[in-house]
Amino acid sequence: MSTQVQERETDTEAEETSDQQQRRRSETGERDDMRERAETDLSEADETVRIKVFRYDPEVEGKKDPRFDTFEVPFRKGMTVLDSLIYARDHFDSSLTFRHSCRQAICGSDALFVNGRQRLGCKTQMVDLEWPVRIEPLPHAEVVKDLVVDMEHFYDQMEAVEPYFQTNDLPDGELEEQRQTRENREKVKMSTRCIWCSACMSSCNIAAGDNEYLGPAAINKAYRFAMDKREGADIKEHRLNIIEQEHGVWRCQTQFSCTEVCPKDIPLTEHIQELKREAVKSNLKFW
Amino acid sequence: MTIHEHDVIVVGAGGAGLRAAIAANEEGADVAMVTKLHPVRSHTGAAEGGINAALRDGDDWELHAYDTMKGSDYLGDAPAIETLAQDAPEEVIQLEHWGMPFSREDDGRVSQRPFGGLSFPRTTYAGAETGHHLLHTMYEQVVKRGITVYDEFYVSRLAVTDHDDPEDRECHGCVAYDIKSGDVVGFRANNGVILATGGDGQVFDHTTNAVANTGDGAAMAYRAGVPVEDMEFVQFHPTTLPSTGVLISEGVRGEGGILYNREGERFMFEHGYANNDGELASRDVVSRAELTEVNEGRGINDEYVYLDMRHLGEERIYDRLENIIHLAEDFEGVNPVEEPMPVKPGQHYHMGGIETSEHGETCINGLYAAGECACASVHGSNRLGGNALPELIVFGARAGHHAAGRDLGKAEVPIGSSAESEAEEGLDTPVEPGALDSTDGDVAADGALVEPTEVVEHAVEYERSRVEDMLERDGTNHAEIRGDLQKAMTENVNVFREKESLKDALEVIRECRERYQDVAVSDPSRTYNTDLIHTIETRNLIDIAETITLGALARDEFRGAHWRREHQERKDEEWLKHTMISWNEGTPRLYYKPVVLEGESKEYEPKVRSY
Repeated sequence: MSTQVQERETDTEAEETSDQQQRRRSETGERDDMRERAETDLSEADETVRIKVFRYDPEVEGKKDPRFDTFEVPFRKGMTVLDSLIYARDHFDSSLTFRHSCRQAICGSDALFVNGRQRLGCKTQMVDLEWPVRIEPLPHAEVVKDLVVDMEHFYDQMEAVEPYFQTNDLPDGELEEQRQTRENREKVKMSTRCIWCSACMSSCNIAAGDNEYLGPAAINKAYRFAMDKREGADIKEHRLNIIEQEHGVWRCQTQFSCTEVCPKDIPLTEHIQELKREAVKSNLKFW
Repeated sequence: MTIHEHDVIVVGAGGAGLRAAIAANEEGADVAMVTKLHPVRSHTGAAEGGINAALRDGDDWELHAYDTMKGSDYLGDAPAIETLAQDAPEEVIQLEHWGMPFSREDDGRVSQRPFGGLSFPRTTYAGAETGHHLLHTMYEQVVKRGITVYDEFYVSRLAVTDHDDPEDRECHGCVAYDIKSGDVVGFRANNGVILATGGDGQVFDHTTNAVANTGDGAAMAYRAGVPVEDMEFVQFHPTTLPSTGVLISEGVRGEGGILYNREGERFMFEHGYANNDGELASRDVVSRAELTEVNEGRGINDEYVYLDMRHLGEERIYDRLENIIHLAEDFEGVNPVEEPMPVKPGQHYHMGGIETSEHGETCINGLYAAGECACASVHGSNRLGGNALPELIVFGARAGHHAAGRDLGKAEVPIGSSAESEAEEGLDTPVEPGALDSTDGDVAADGALVEPTEVVEHAVEYERSRVEDMLERDGTNHAEIRGDLQKAMTENVNVFREKESLKDALEVIRECRERYQDVAVSDPSRTYNTDLIHTIETRNLIDIAETITLGALARDEFRGAHWRREHQERKDEEWLKHTMISWNEGTPRLYYKPVVLEGESKEYEPKVRSY
């Protein structure tokens, strides 16, 4: 299972309504209490929202062929996409699989493809979406199961830019910090907000076509260090060499898709552009 | 059978785990991290406020230690508290040298700000996302050092010898479920296993904690024979958003944010909860004040109060608290620049945990714990804001160094049975706590299992059959059990506690245990089976909930975060002691050990904790 983009084209939707699911559960005598609770909640809710969720499991009969399942979830004010998934899992189908942890947009676990756009499930309000809501795994990544994708390639790219602070200018004094101006801290501030959710990488056409492209998140990570004056000029030079490689900054065609989907509002495209300019400046120096 | 071998195994990859792994690596050990999430997903990343460290002229570690002891309501152990205060400055500067993007003063030095319960503005911060930067900065160091990380491996059992006396036991590794492949694999640790699994807020249904915070490390250590300490002390943060439990940093109050009730009264002062420090009184004081306001009809929608920061001005808010704006908008639909934020108390932090010395040692040889899952004890009955992050790095580093062989001298904080001063014999519980029968596998065998590789292999076999069993049988889904447990804990073991409701909670916990006998995993898949993970976690939540409730029932006084309706005063003559619970092969035993108030050069004298 490589990407779900093709999936949408062939449209292999095999829908099963929550009614059918409930009937099936009941027949097997499984989790009757859960079903009752779900029904009670449903009847008390003024409104329900329908979610269509991508399902795939490489080893379970009936799930080997990707399909969409439909769940009717009672709507509550303030409900997020993640809330709806948790509800569906805890009330209808405990095998529904997705990553999530902090519920507050800081762990970066739940980047999903919601109504055709990369978003964090936990910070996407249902009221801001068109219903029914279609929830798929991130495009351009291997699907492991349901909404879970393999993140290894993303992590590899992040690690390819030497994503750690390096300096030759540590102060000598005991308990003495390196000085940094407020302006310089402000300069790198947005870049340090990255939560490694990989929404940007998934949205990027270039990354989709060139598997070796570092991608917006990794280049932003390089930016975070290259622009931090505590690292010093030599190390900046070294960093610019890394991001100038064949699959580095010059691949970016400034389509801004990464910037549009970033849940932390990091100006990724601008950072890439700025690194291109820095690289040019740095190269001119040696002429 | 796959068995990975390393010198030091660190379980969990949040702040304490990362720091421990770096420390063991610094010491020359081959270290591996085993974590159920990828390291950058850890909940340390959600910490907002800052790191207390005495860095500046006019401040010193002794003041930090004094504030911490006072904040602990004299239930912290002086050697641990002093270690925290002494080591924190060096650790903070170390983070700066690793590139952590701290907020800065005009002169380029790292900024510090005031926090509740502190006599000096010593909370070092990086915007309102200090934990995020701390987590990422340390993970960067792990990448730099090439430390092995087994991410999305869920550790479900420790590999410990089965000597009768826990203090004779030795930990040789652990067993993990490889979430992606479904394999159960062994980890053999030549020098030590460090538990850094974080909090257990999922015991409650309204919490700032992540879904992953299920007390796995504490529950595993407890069942392996390590006592848990002061479990009744659970901190409820006074400012969480009502609909999600998302935390609004104490930094808002540190910068001047004000709490109002429905009448528009600044109740912290006007109703006399904290006449000097007002909103900056310690967390338990503010949480109880808010709930009292709500209970007496002065809350909004009978649920919450208002936290207002509009008077700070847009510029200052954006400069120092920008992420608060996003949190309030995204998760509560409120713009805090224009309107006050609704807030109520939510479970936030567990002061209690695995009993350790200030070196992170437990009474089982080769088993360490650090961070929120541990109890050294630094926070005693109440943690001060800004003291959790220094705890992670200070004690993470010490556990890592010690496990890798560095000589830290003899620890001053006593652990194990020799520290026991008295047994609790008269606790009136409505049901028997602990294991339902002796066949649930956590009971040690006959002392035959001592050879390290055999110990690990045996543990792997055991977990394999447990997993098989849960996957194959039909039965109850864990989600119902978990939901009922969480609800009972929030109802009965919250900010306000009383004897009868604590007993009610014990009955519900017992029922949950019984229902868990029939628990089954519906998802038959080996691939990324979160149903299975959550089912295993739920067992841990049951054990943790029980220890919290037992401790709360035993302690008939009011101290720090623990308040009892029938006992609204601190009882120093009786209760300057830690509540200890040992699993005792399925028949939990309560006992006490005295608090250590003797510091390096002075004795801390319990005083009234007023702010």
